[in-house]
Amino acid sequence: MEKPNLFKDSIMPVGVILLAVLIIWYVSAVFLNAPFERDTAARAGTEITFSEILPKTMFQQRPVLPAPHQVIAEIRNTTFLMPVTSKRSLVYHAWITLSATLLGFGIGTVLGILLAVGIVHNRAMDRSLMPWVIASQTIPILAIAPMIIVVLNAVGISGLLPKALISTYLSFFPIVVGMVKGLRAPEQIQLDLMHTYYASPAQTFWKLRWPSSMPYLFASLKVAIAISLVGAIVGELPTGAVSGLGARLLAGSYYGQTVQIWSALFMAAALAATLVIIVGLAHTAVLKRMGMKP
Amino acid sequence: MTGTATSVVSARDLGLTFETNDGPVNALTGVNLDVNKGDFVSFIGPSGCGKTTFLRVIADLEKPTSGAITVNGTTPENARKNRSYGYVFQAAALYPWRTIEKNIALPLEIMGYSAADQKARIERTLELVNLTGFGKKFPWQLSGGMQQRASIARALAFDADLLLMDEPFGALDEIVRDHLNEQLLKLWDRTNKTICFVTHSIPEAVYLSTKIVVMSPRPGRVTDIIESTLPRERPLGIRETPEFLAIAHRVREGLRAGHSYDE
Repeated sequence: MEKPNLFKDSIMPVGVILLAVLIIWYVSAVFLNAPFERDTAARAGTEITFSEILPKTMFQQRPVLPAPHQVIAEIRNTTFLMPVTSKRSLVYHAWITLSATLLGFGIGTVLGILLAVGIVHNRAMDRSLMPWVIASQTIPILAIAPMIIVVLNAVGISGLLPKALISTYLSFFPIVVGMVKGLRAPEQIQLDLMHTYYASPAQTFWKLRWPSSMPYLFASLKVAIAISLVGAIVGELPTGAVSGLGARLLAGSYYGQTVQIWSALFMAAALAATLVIIVGLAHTAVLKRMGMKP
Repeated sequence: MTGTATSVVSARDLGLTFETNDGPVNALTGVNLDVNKGDFVSFIGPSGCGKTTFLRVIADLEKPTSGAITVNGTTPENARKNRSYGYVFQAAALYPWRTIEKNIALPLEIMGYSAADQKARIERTLELVNLTGFGKKFPWQLSGGMQQRASIARALAFDADLLLMDEPFGALDEIVRDHLNEQLLKLWDRTNKTICFVTHSIPEAVYLSTKIVVMSPRPGRVTDIIESTLPRERPLGIRETPEFLAIAHRVREGLRAGHSYDE
Protein backbone atom coordinates (compact mmCIF):
# COMPACT_ATOMS: atom_id res chain seq x y z
CA MET A 1 0.00 0.00 0.00
CA GLU A 2 1.15 3.51 -0.74
CA LYS A 3 2.20 5.58 2.23
CA PRO A 4 -0.09 8.53 2.92
CA ASN A 5 1.57 11.71 1.76
CA LEU A 6 0.40 14.91 3.43
CA PHE A 7 1.56 17.14 0.57
CA LYS A 8 0.12 15.02 -2.21
CA ASP A 9 -3.08 13.99 -0.43
CA SER A 10 -4.24 17.20 1.19
CA ILE A 11 -2.00 20.26 0.80
CA MET A 12 -1.74 20.11 -2.98
CA PRO A 13 -5.41 19.58 -3.93
CA VAL A 14 -6.60 22.16 -1.37
CA GLY A 15 -3.87 24.57 -2.50
CA VAL A 16 -4.77 24.23 -6.18
CA ILE A 17 -8.44 25.02 -5.51
CA LEU A 18 -7.48 27.94 -3.26
CA LEU A 19 -5.23 29.33 -5.96
CA ALA A 20 -7.97 28.99 -8.57
CA VAL A 21 -10.47 30.77 -6.30
CA LEU A 22 -7.99 33.62 -5.68
CA ILE A 23 -7.34 34.08 -9.39
CA ILE A 24 -11.05 34.10 -10.26
CA TRP A 25 -11.65 36.50 -7.37
CA TYR A 26 -8.95 38.99 -8.43
CA VAL A 27 -10.08 38.93 -12.07
CA SER A 28 -13.71 39.42 -11.01
CA ALA A 29 -12.71 42.27 -8.71
CA VAL A 30 -11.01 44.08 -11.59
CA PHE A 31 -14.01 43.77 -13.91
CA LEU A 32 -16.65 44.55 -11.29
CA ASN A 33 -14.81 47.56 -9.86
CA ALA A 34 -13.59 49.03 -13.16
CA PRO A 35 -16.90 50.75 -14.18
CA PHE A 36 -16.73 52.92 -11.04
CA GLU A 37 -13.24 54.15 -11.99
CA ARG A 38 -14.35 54.81 -15.60
CA ASP A 39 -17.38 56.78 -14.39
CA THR A 40 -15.22 58.80 -12.01
CA ALA A 41 -12.79 59.58 -14.84
CA ALA A 42 -15.65 60.43 -17.21
CA ARG A 43 -17.16 62.84 -14.67
CA ALA A 44 -13.77 64.49 -14.23
CA GLY A 45 -13.55 64.67 -18.03
CA THR A 46 -10.29 62.75 -18.22
CA GLU A 47 -9.28 59.71 -20.20
CA ILE A 48 -8.19 56.64 -18.23
CA THR A 49 -6.38 53.59 -19.61
CA PHE A 50 -6.82 50.02 -18.44
CA SER A 51 -3.34 49.97 -16.91
CA GLU A 52 -4.31 52.97 -14.81
CA ILE A 53 -7.63 51.40 -13.77
CA LEU A 54 -6.11 48.10 -12.72
CA PRO A 55 -4.29 49.22 -9.54
CA LYS A 56 -7.20 51.47 -8.54
CA THR A 57 -9.65 48.54 -8.53
CA MET A 58 -7.54 46.90 -5.84
CA PHE A 59 -7.87 49.69 -3.27
CA GLN A 60 -11.35 51.22 -3.52
CA GLN A 61 -13.10 52.45 -0.38
CA ARG A 62 -16.44 50.84 -1.29
CA PRO A 63 -15.72 48.30 -4.01
CA VAL A 64 -18.49 46.22 -5.56
CA LEU A 65 -16.26 43.24 -4.89
CA PRO A 66 -13.36 43.87 -2.50
CA ALA A 67 -10.06 42.26 -3.43
CA PRO A 68 -8.91 39.39 -1.21
CA HIS A 69 -6.05 41.38 0.34
CA GLN A 70 -8.52 44.11 1.39
CA VAL A 71 -10.68 41.56 3.19
CA ILE A 72 -7.64 39.97 4.81
CA ALA A 73 -6.39 43.35 5.98
CA GLU A 74 -9.83 44.21 7.38
CA ILE A 75 -10.05 40.89 9.23
CA ARG A 76 -6.54 41.43 10.59
CA ASN A 77 -7.39 44.95 11.72
CA THR A 78 -10.59 43.94 13.44
CA THR A 79 -9.29 40.83 15.15
CA PHE A 80 -5.62 40.93 16.08
CA LEU A 81 -5.07 44.67 16.15
CA MET A 82 -8.02 45.54 18.36
CA PRO A 83 -8.97 44.66 21.97
CA VAL A 84 -11.68 42.00 21.88
CA THR A 85 -13.86 44.15 24.14
CA SER A 86 -14.09 46.85 21.48
CA LYS A 87 -17.44 47.21 19.72
CA ARG A 88 -15.55 47.26 16.42
CA SER A 89 -13.73 44.00 17.09
CA LEU A 90 -14.85 41.13 14.90
CA VAL A 91 -13.91 38.72 17.70
CA TYR A 92 -16.42 40.49 19.98
CA HIS A 93 -19.19 40.19 17.38
CA ALA A 94 -18.28 36.59 16.60
CA TRP A 95 -18.51 35.73 20.29
CA ILE A 96 -21.99 37.28 20.56
CA THR A 97 -23.16 35.14 17.63
CA LEU A 98 -21.29 32.06 18.86
CA SER A 99 -22.91 32.19 22.31
CA ALA A 100 -26.40 32.29 20.76
CA THR A 101 -25.36 29.51 18.35
CA LEU A 102 -24.13 27.20 21.11
CA LEU A 103 -27.12 27.83 23.38
CA GLY A 104 -29.54 27.24 20.49
CA PHE A 105 -27.62 24.16 19.37
CA GLY A 106 -27.71 22.74 22.91
CA ILE A 107 -31.46 23.29 23.30
CA GLY A 108 -32.09 22.01 19.75
CA THR A 109 -30.07 18.84 20.36
CA VAL A 110 -31.87 18.02 23.62
CA LEU A 111 -35.27 18.86 22.11
CA GLY A 112 -34.52 16.84 18.96
CA ILE A 113 -33.41 13.77 20.93
CA LEU A 114 -36.45 13.94 23.23
CA LEU A 115 -38.83 14.21 20.26
CA ALA A 116 -37.08 11.29 18.52
CA VAL A 117 -37.33 9.13 21.66
CA GLY A 118 -41.05 9.96 21.85
CA ILE A 119 -41.60 9.22 18.18
CA VAL A 120 -39.79 5.88 18.35
CA HIS A 121 -41.52 4.69 21.54
CA ASN A 122 -45.04 6.04 21.10
CA ARG A 123 -47.25 5.16 18.14
CA ALA A 124 -49.47 8.20 18.60
CA MET A 125 -46.45 10.53 18.56
CA ASP A 126 -45.06 8.69 15.56
CA ARG A 127 -48.27 9.31 13.63
CA SER A 128 -48.97 12.86 14.76
CA LEU A 129 -45.65 14.58 15.32
CA MET A 130 -43.54 13.93 12.24
CA PRO A 131 -45.72 15.91 9.78
CA TRP A 132 -45.53 18.94 12.10
CA VAL A 133 -41.80 18.60 12.44
CA ILE A 134 -41.47 18.63 8.65
CA ALA A 135 -44.01 21.45 8.23
CA SER A 136 -42.04 23.58 10.68
CA GLN A 137 -39.12 23.60 8.28
CA THR A 138 -41.14 24.77 5.30
CA ILE A 139 -41.76 28.17 6.92
CA PRO A 140 -39.05 30.63 5.84
CA ILE A 141 -36.88 31.36 8.85
CA LEU A 142 -36.62 35.01 7.80
CA ALA A 143 -40.39 35.31 8.24
CA ILE A 144 -40.59 33.65 11.61
CA ALA A 145 -37.46 35.12 13.18
CA PRO A 146 -38.88 38.64 13.79
CA MET A 147 -42.10 37.10 15.14
CA ILE A 148 -40.18 35.07 17.69
CA ILE A 149 -38.19 38.14 18.76
CA VAL A 150 -41.32 40.33 19.01
CA VAL A 151 -43.43 37.77 20.86
CA LEU A 152 -40.68 36.92 23.34
CA ASN A 153 -39.91 40.59 23.86
CA ALA A 154 -43.58 41.16 24.71
CA VAL A 155 -43.34 38.60 27.51
CA GLY A 156 -40.14 40.17 28.78
CA ILE A 157 -37.55 37.80 27.24
CA SER A 158 -34.86 39.54 25.26
CA GLY A 159 -31.15 39.32 24.55
CA LEU A 160 -29.48 35.97 24.03
CA LEU A 161 -32.42 33.57 24.38
CA PRO A 162 -34.64 34.72 21.47
CA LYS A 163 -31.72 34.44 19.04
CA ALA A 164 -30.82 31.04 20.50
CA LEU A 165 -34.39 29.87 19.98
CA ILE A 166 -34.16 30.71 16.28
CA SER A 167 -31.05 28.51 16.17
CA THR A 168 -33.03 25.84 17.99
CA TYR A 169 -35.86 26.12 15.49
CA LEU A 170 -33.45 25.21 12.69
CA SER A 171 -31.17 22.76 14.47
CA PHE A 172 -33.70 20.44 16.13
CA PHE A 173 -34.89 19.20 12.73
CA PRO A 174 -31.84 17.23 11.55
CA ILE A 175 -31.49 15.83 15.07
CA VAL A 176 -35.07 14.52 15.10
CA VAL A 177 -34.79 12.99 11.63
CA GLY A 178 -31.35 11.46 12.31
CA MET A 179 -32.22 10.12 15.74
CA VAL A 180 -35.53 8.58 14.68
CA LYS A 181 -33.54 6.64 12.09
CA GLY A 182 -30.72 5.94 14.57
CA LEU A 183 -32.96 4.69 17.37
CA ARG A 184 -34.63 2.38 14.84
CA ALA A 185 -31.26 1.18 13.52
CA PRO A 186 -30.96 -1.98 15.70
CA GLU A 187 -31.59 -5.14 13.70
CA GLN A 188 -34.56 -7.37 14.56
CA ILE A 189 -32.20 -10.06 15.79
CA GLN A 190 -30.61 -7.63 18.28
CA LEU A 191 -34.05 -6.61 19.53
CA ASP A 192 -35.14 -10.28 19.77
CA LEU A 193 -32.09 -10.91 21.92
CA MET A 194 -33.23 -8.22 24.37
CA HIS A 195 -36.72 -9.78 24.31
CA THR A 196 -35.34 -13.21 25.27
CA TYR A 197 -33.56 -11.59 28.26
CA TYR A 198 -36.85 -10.01 29.35
CA ALA A 199 -35.06 -6.63 29.30
CA SER A 200 -37.05 -3.56 30.36
CA PRO A 201 -37.71 -0.83 27.77
CA ALA A 202 -35.18 1.38 29.59
CA GLN A 203 -32.52 -1.35 29.38
CA THR A 204 -33.26 -1.90 25.70
CA PHE A 205 -32.93 1.85 25.14
CA TRP A 206 -29.65 2.42 26.96
CA LYS A 207 -27.93 -0.84 26.05
CA LEU A 208 -29.09 -1.15 22.43
CA ARG A 209 -30.97 1.75 20.83
CA TRP A 210 -28.82 4.57 22.20
CA PRO A 211 -25.41 3.09 21.24
CA SER A 212 -26.82 2.04 17.84
CA SER A 213 -27.86 5.62 17.14
CA MET A 214 -24.44 7.24 17.75
CA PRO A 215 -23.28 7.39 14.09
CA TYR A 216 -26.66 8.93 13.14
CA LEU A 217 -26.50 11.41 16.02
CA PHE A 218 -23.11 12.74 15.01
CA ALA A 219 -24.05 13.03 11.33
CA SER A 220 -27.05 15.09 12.48
CA LEU A 221 -24.97 17.16 14.89
CA LYS A 222 -22.65 18.24 12.07
CA VAL A 223 -25.58 19.60 10.09
CA ALA A 224 -27.25 21.03 13.19
CA ILE A 225 -24.22 23.02 14.40
CA ALA A 226 -23.74 24.63 11.00
CA ILE A 227 -27.38 25.68 10.65
CA SER A 228 -27.44 26.82 14.28
CA LEU A 229 -24.89 29.44 13.25
CA VAL A 230 -27.06 30.41 10.28
CA GLY A 231 -30.03 30.68 12.66
CA ALA A 232 -28.16 32.95 15.06
CA ILE A 233 -27.02 35.25 12.21
CA VAL A 234 -30.51 35.35 10.71
CA GLY A 235 -31.87 36.11 14.19
CA GLU A 236 -29.65 39.20 14.30
CA LEU A 237 -30.63 40.52 10.87
CA PRO A 238 -34.26 41.68 11.07
CA THR A 239 -34.27 42.65 14.71
CA GLY A 240 -32.09 45.70 14.85
CA ALA A 241 -29.44 43.90 16.82
CA VAL A 242 -26.39 46.10 17.42
CA SER A 243 -23.88 43.34 17.94
CA GLY A 244 -23.13 39.98 16.42
CA LEU A 245 -22.02 38.91 12.95
CA GLY A 246 -25.55 39.44 11.62
CA ALA A 247 -25.53 43.02 12.88
CA ARG A 248 -22.15 43.58 11.19
CA LEU A 249 -23.55 42.26 7.90
CA LEU A 250 -26.60 44.48 8.17
CA ALA A 251 -24.65 47.60 9.15
CA GLY A 252 -22.20 46.91 6.34
CA SER A 253 -24.98 46.73 3.78
CA TYR A 254 -26.63 49.94 5.11
CA TYR A 255 -23.45 51.92 4.63
CA GLY A 256 -22.12 50.12 1.56
CA GLN A 257 -19.17 48.78 3.57
CA THR A 258 -18.55 45.79 1.34
CA VAL A 259 -15.18 45.08 2.91
CA GLN A 260 -16.87 44.83 6.31
CA ILE A 261 -19.55 42.51 4.91
CA TRP A 262 -17.01 40.22 3.34
CA SER A 263 -14.88 40.05 6.46
CA ALA A 264 -17.95 39.21 8.55
CA LEU A 265 -18.86 36.51 6.01
CA PHE A 266 -15.40 35.01 6.26
CA MET A 267 -15.53 35.11 10.02
CA ALA A 268 -18.88 33.27 9.91
CA ALA A 269 -17.47 30.67 7.51
CA ALA A 270 -14.39 30.14 9.67
CA LEU A 271 -16.59 29.81 12.75
CA ALA A 272 -18.84 27.26 11.04
CA ALA A 273 -15.84 25.26 9.81
CA THR A 274 -14.32 25.23 13.31
CA LEU A 275 -17.60 24.09 14.90
CA VAL A 276 -18.09 21.30 12.35
CA ILE A 277 -14.49 20.17 12.86
CA ILE A 278 -15.00 20.07 16.65
CA VAL A 279 -18.14 17.92 16.23
CA GLY A 280 -16.18 15.71 13.80
CA LEU A 281 -13.40 15.21 16.36
CA ALA A 282 -15.97 14.33 19.04
CA HIS A 283 -17.50 11.85 16.57
CA THR A 284 -14.14 10.15 15.98
CA ALA A 285 -13.40 10.04 19.71
CA VAL A 286 -16.77 8.50 20.58
CA LEU A 287 -16.60 5.89 17.80
CA LYS A 288 -13.08 5.00 18.87
CA ARG A 289 -14.25 4.49 22.45
CA MET A 290 -17.05 2.30 21.10
CA GLY A 291 -14.46 0.11 19.39
CA MET A 292 -15.74 0.73 15.87
CA LYS A 293 -13.68 -0.75 13.09
CA PRO A 294 -11.25 1.96 11.93
CA MET B 1 -43.32 -40.91 25.34
CA THR B 2 -42.90 -38.64 28.38
CA GLY B 3 -41.72 -41.53 30.55
CA THR B 4 -40.36 -40.69 33.95
CA ALA B 5 -37.94 -37.96 32.89
CA THR B 6 -38.79 -34.32 33.57
CA SER B 7 -40.39 -32.65 30.60
CA VAL B 8 -38.76 -29.36 29.61
CA VAL B 9 -40.80 -28.62 26.49
CA SER B 10 -44.17 -30.19 25.87
CA ALA B 11 -46.28 -29.35 22.82
CA ARG B 12 -49.82 -30.66 22.25
CA ASP B 13 -51.47 -30.23 18.87
CA LEU B 14 -49.62 -26.96 18.45
CA GLY B 15 -50.46 -24.79 15.44
CA LEU B 16 -49.38 -21.39 14.20
CA THR B 17 -50.85 -19.56 11.24
CA PHE B 18 -49.35 -16.34 9.93
CA GLU B 19 -51.78 -13.93 8.34
CA THR B 20 -50.02 -12.56 5.27
CA ASN B 21 -51.14 -10.43 2.34
CA ASP B 22 -51.30 -13.59 0.23
CA GLY B 23 -53.64 -15.26 2.70
CA PRO B 24 -52.94 -17.41 5.76
CA VAL B 25 -49.73 -19.46 5.91
CA ASN B 26 -49.73 -22.58 8.07
CA ALA B 27 -46.27 -22.41 9.62
CA LEU B 28 -47.05 -25.18 12.11
CA THR B 29 -49.90 -27.68 12.36
CA GLY B 30 -50.60 -30.45 14.87
CA VAL B 31 -47.17 -30.56 16.49
CA ASN B 32 -46.93 -33.03 19.37
CA LEU B 33 -43.53 -33.19 21.00
CA ASP B 34 -41.84 -33.74 24.33
CA VAL B 35 -38.32 -32.63 25.12
CA ASN B 36 -36.96 -34.11 28.34
CA LYS B 37 -34.32 -32.75 30.63
CA GLY B 38 -30.84 -33.42 29.31
CA ASP B 39 -32.04 -34.18 25.76
CA PHE B 40 -30.24 -32.91 22.69
CA VAL B 41 -33.06 -32.49 20.19
CA SER B 42 -32.44 -31.53 16.57
CA PHE B 43 -35.12 -30.12 14.30
CA ILE B 44 -34.39 -30.86 10.66
CA GLY B 45 -36.30 -30.12 7.50
CA PRO B 46 -36.28 -27.98 4.36
CA SER B 47 -36.87 -24.25 4.61
CA GLY B 48 -40.45 -23.34 5.37
CA CYS B 49 -41.07 -26.44 7.50
CA GLY B 50 -41.51 -24.38 10.65
CA LYS B 51 -38.46 -25.57 12.55
CA THR B 52 -37.29 -22.05 13.37
CA THR B 53 -40.88 -21.00 14.07
CA PHE B 54 -41.23 -23.81 16.60
CA LEU B 55 -38.04 -22.69 18.33
CA ARG B 56 -39.32 -19.12 18.38
CA VAL B 57 -42.59 -20.33 19.92
CA ILE B 58 -40.63 -22.02 22.73
CA ALA B 59 -38.75 -18.73 23.20
CA ASP B 60 -41.99 -16.67 23.24
CA LEU B 61 -40.81 -14.78 20.17
CA GLU B 62 -43.94 -16.01 18.34
CA LYS B 63 -47.39 -16.80 19.78
CA PRO B 64 -49.07 -20.08 18.74
CA THR B 65 -52.57 -19.74 17.30
CA SER B 66 -53.84 -23.16 18.44
CA GLY B 67 -52.92 -26.02 20.74
CA ALA B 68 -50.89 -25.88 23.93
CA ILE B 69 -47.24 -25.67 24.83
CA THR B 70 -45.44 -25.62 28.15
CA VAL B 71 -41.81 -24.72 28.79
CA ASN B 72 -40.43 -25.80 32.17
CA GLY B 73 -44.01 -26.61 33.14
CA THR B 74 -45.32 -23.12 32.50
CA THR B 75 -46.24 -20.89 29.54
CA PRO B 76 -43.45 -19.77 27.18
CA GLU B 77 -44.06 -16.20 28.35
CA ASN B 78 -43.51 -17.08 32.01
CA ALA B 79 -40.51 -19.21 31.06
CA ARG B 80 -39.05 -16.20 29.25
CA LYS B 81 -39.74 -13.94 32.21
CA ASN B 82 -38.04 -16.52 34.46
CA ARG B 83 -35.06 -16.31 32.09
CA SER B 84 -35.13 -20.09 31.76
CA TYR B 85 -33.53 -20.36 28.33
CA GLY B 86 -30.59 -19.01 26.35
CA TYR B 87 -31.13 -18.36 22.63
CA VAL B 88 -28.42 -18.59 19.99
CA PHE B 89 -29.41 -16.98 16.69
CA GLN B 90 -28.37 -17.80 13.14
CA ALA B 91 -26.04 -14.80 13.23
CA ALA B 92 -23.88 -14.09 16.25
CA ALA B 93 -25.76 -10.80 16.87
CA LEU B 94 -22.94 -9.49 19.04
CA TYR B 95 -23.21 -5.78 19.80
CA PRO B 96 -20.31 -4.27 17.83
CA TRP B 97 -19.60 -1.52 20.38
CA ARG B 98 -19.05 -4.05 23.18
CA THR B 99 -15.96 -6.18 23.66
CA ILE B 100 -16.47 -9.95 23.76
CA GLU B 101 -16.53 -9.98 27.57
CA LYS B 102 -18.91 -7.01 27.62
CA ASN B 103 -21.15 -8.87 25.17
CA ILE B 104 -21.20 -11.88 27.49
CA ALA B 105 -21.90 -9.51 30.38
CA LEU B 106 -24.96 -8.07 28.56
CA PRO B 107 -27.53 -10.60 29.85
CA LEU B 108 -25.82 -10.57 33.26
CA GLU B 109 -26.16 -6.77 33.49
CA ILE B 110 -29.80 -6.96 32.46
CA MET B 111 -30.54 -9.72 34.96
CA GLY B 112 -28.76 -7.89 37.75
CA TYR B 113 -25.82 -10.17 38.56
CA SER B 114 -23.18 -8.62 40.84
CA ALA B 115 -19.95 -7.33 39.29
CA ALA B 116 -17.84 -10.05 40.90
CA ASP B 117 -20.28 -12.76 39.78
CA GLN B 118 -20.28 -11.31 36.25
CA LYS B 119 -16.49 -11.50 36.10
CA ALA B 120 -16.42 -15.10 37.28
CA ARG B 121 -19.13 -16.14 34.83
CA ILE B 122 -17.44 -14.38 31.89
CA GLU B 123 -14.20 -16.22 32.64
CA ARG B 124 -15.96 -19.56 33.02
CA THR B 125 -18.01 -19.31 29.83
CA LEU B 126 -15.08 -18.01 27.77
CA GLU B 127 -13.19 -21.11 28.89
CA LEU B 128 -16.19 -23.32 28.01
CA VAL B 129 -16.18 -22.12 24.39
CA ASN B 130 -12.35 -21.99 24.13
CA LEU B 131 -12.13 -18.22 23.85
CA THR B 132 -10.00 -17.53 26.95
CA GLY B 133 -7.82 -14.48 26.25
CA PHE B 134 -10.18 -12.98 23.67
CA GLY B 135 -12.40 -11.16 26.17
CA LYS B 136 -10.94 -7.72 25.44
CA LYS B 137 -11.32 -8.02 21.66
CA PHE B 138 -14.12 -6.40 19.72
CA PRO B 139 -16.36 -8.67 17.60
CA TRP B 140 -14.94 -7.48 14.26
CA GLN B 141 -11.49 -8.62 15.37
CA LEU B 142 -12.71 -12.24 15.57
CA SER B 143 -13.48 -14.79 12.83
CA GLY B 144 -17.08 -15.85 12.12
CA GLY B 145 -16.65 -19.11 14.02
CA MET B 146 -15.20 -17.34 17.04
CA GLN B 147 -18.04 -14.79 16.98
CA GLN B 148 -20.60 -17.58 17.01
CA ARG B 149 -18.77 -19.24 19.91
CA ALA B 150 -18.89 -15.92 21.77
CA SER B 151 -22.63 -15.78 21.18
CA ILE B 152 -22.95 -19.31 22.63
CA ALA B 153 -20.91 -18.16 25.64
CA ARG B 154 -23.36 -15.27 26.03
CA ALA B 155 -26.28 -17.72 26.08
CA LEU B 156 -24.49 -19.92 28.65
CA ALA B 157 -23.49 -17.09 30.99
CA PHE B 158 -26.70 -17.02 33.01
CA ASP B 159 -28.43 -19.90 34.76
CA ALA B 160 -30.70 -21.28 32.07
CA ASP B 161 -30.92 -25.04 31.73
CA LEU B 162 -32.39 -24.85 28.25
CA LEU B 163 -30.36 -23.79 25.22
CA LEU B 164 -32.24 -22.92 22.02
CA MET B 165 -30.01 -22.84 18.94
CA ASP B 166 -31.29 -21.70 15.55
CA GLU B 167 -28.89 -22.96 12.85
CA PRO B 168 -25.98 -21.49 14.81
CA PHE B 169 -23.35 -22.93 12.46
CA GLY B 170 -25.29 -22.52 9.21
CA ALA B 171 -23.11 -19.72 7.90
CA LEU B 172 -19.80 -21.40 8.70
CA ASP B 173 -17.64 -23.61 6.52
CA GLU B 174 -17.63 -27.36 7.01
CA ILE B 175 -14.27 -27.63 8.77
CA VAL B 176 -15.14 -25.00 11.37
CA ARG B 177 -18.56 -26.55 11.67
CA ASP B 178 -17.21 -30.04 12.46
CA HIS B 179 -14.95 -28.55 15.07
CA LEU B 180 -17.76 -26.55 16.70
CA ASN B 181 -20.10 -29.58 16.64
CA GLU B 182 -17.49 -31.58 18.55
CA GLN B 183 -17.05 -28.74 21.05
CA LEU B 184 -20.81 -28.35 21.43
CA LEU B 185 -21.20 -32.03 22.33
CA LYS B 186 -18.45 -31.73 24.96
CA LEU B 187 -20.11 -28.62 26.31
CA TRP B 188 -23.49 -30.35 26.47
CA ASP B 189 -21.85 -33.25 28.33
CA ARG B 190 -20.14 -30.94 30.84
CA THR B 191 -23.06 -28.62 31.52
CA ASN B 192 -25.91 -31.14 31.37
CA LYS B 193 -28.16 -28.62 29.62
CA THR B 194 -31.15 -29.42 27.48
CA ILE B 195 -30.52 -28.32 23.90
CA CYS B 196 -32.98 -27.68 21.06
CA PHE B 197 -31.03 -27.33 17.84
CA VAL B 198 -32.35 -26.30 14.43
CA THR B 199 -30.37 -27.42 11.39
CA HIS B 200 -30.76 -28.41 7.76
CA SER B 201 -27.74 -30.70 7.74
CA ILE B 202 -28.44 -34.41 8.15
CA PRO B 203 -24.93 -35.37 9.40
CA GLU B 204 -25.03 -32.52 11.91
CA ALA B 205 -28.43 -33.59 13.23
CA VAL B 206 -27.46 -37.26 13.54
CA TYR B 207 -24.05 -36.52 15.04
CA LEU B 208 -25.35 -34.20 17.75
CA SER B 209 -28.75 -35.45 18.78
CA THR B 210 -30.34 -37.88 21.18
CA LYS B 211 -33.62 -37.18 19.40
CA ILE B 212 -34.16 -36.02 15.82
CA VAL B 213 -37.39 -34.32 14.83
CA VAL B 214 -37.96 -34.48 11.06
CA MET B 215 -40.26 -31.78 9.73
CA SER B 216 -41.79 -30.95 6.36
CA PRO B 217 -43.37 -27.86 4.85
CA ARG B 218 -46.79 -26.77 3.52
CA PRO B 219 -48.18 -27.08 6.10
CA GLY B 220 -45.27 -27.12 8.58
CA ARG B 221 -45.54 -30.39 10.51
CA VAL B 222 -43.58 -33.14 12.24
CA THR B 223 -43.24 -36.23 10.04
CA ASP B 224 -40.92 -38.39 12.14
CA ILE B 225 -39.30 -38.43 15.56
CA ILE B 226 -36.17 -40.58 15.75
CA GLU B 227 -34.62 -41.60 19.07
CA SER B 228 -30.89 -41.94 18.45
CA THR B 229 -29.22 -45.18 19.47
CA LEU B 230 -25.73 -43.68 19.34
CA PRO B 231 -23.79 -43.54 22.63
CA ARG B 232 -23.36 -40.22 24.48
CA GLU B 233 -19.63 -40.32 23.82
CA ARG B 234 -19.22 -39.47 20.10
CA PRO B 235 -15.85 -39.05 18.42
CA LEU B 236 -16.02 -37.48 14.92
CA GLY B 237 -15.21 -40.94 13.47
CA ILE B 238 -18.59 -42.24 14.58
CA ARG B 239 -20.01 -40.70 11.41
CA GLU B 240 -18.52 -43.58 9.40
CA THR B 241 -20.16 -46.35 11.43
CA PRO B 242 -23.11 -48.36 10.02
CA GLU B 243 -25.27 -47.35 12.99
CA PHE B 244 -24.77 -43.66 12.19
CA LEU B 245 -25.46 -44.22 8.50
CA ALA B 246 -28.64 -46.16 9.34
CA ILE B 247 -30.01 -43.23 11.35
CA ALA B 248 -28.96 -40.78 8.64
CA HIS B 249 -30.79 -42.97 6.11
CA ARG B 250 -33.97 -42.89 8.17
CA VAL B 251 -33.76 -39.11 8.46
CA ARG B 252 -33.31 -38.82 4.70
CA GLU B 253 -36.29 -41.11 4.09
CA GLY B 254 -38.35 -39.02 6.47
CA LEU B 255 -37.41 -35.85 4.65
CA ARG B 256 -38.21 -37.39 1.29
CA ALA B 257 -41.59 -38.72 2.43
CA GLY B 258 -42.68 -35.31 3.61
CA HIS B 259 -41.52 -33.39 0.62
CA SER B 260 -41.97 -33.85 -3.07
CA TYR B 261 -38.88 -32.65 -4.91
CA ASP B 262 -40.70 -32.80 -8.25
CA GLU B 263 -42.62 -29.60 -7.50
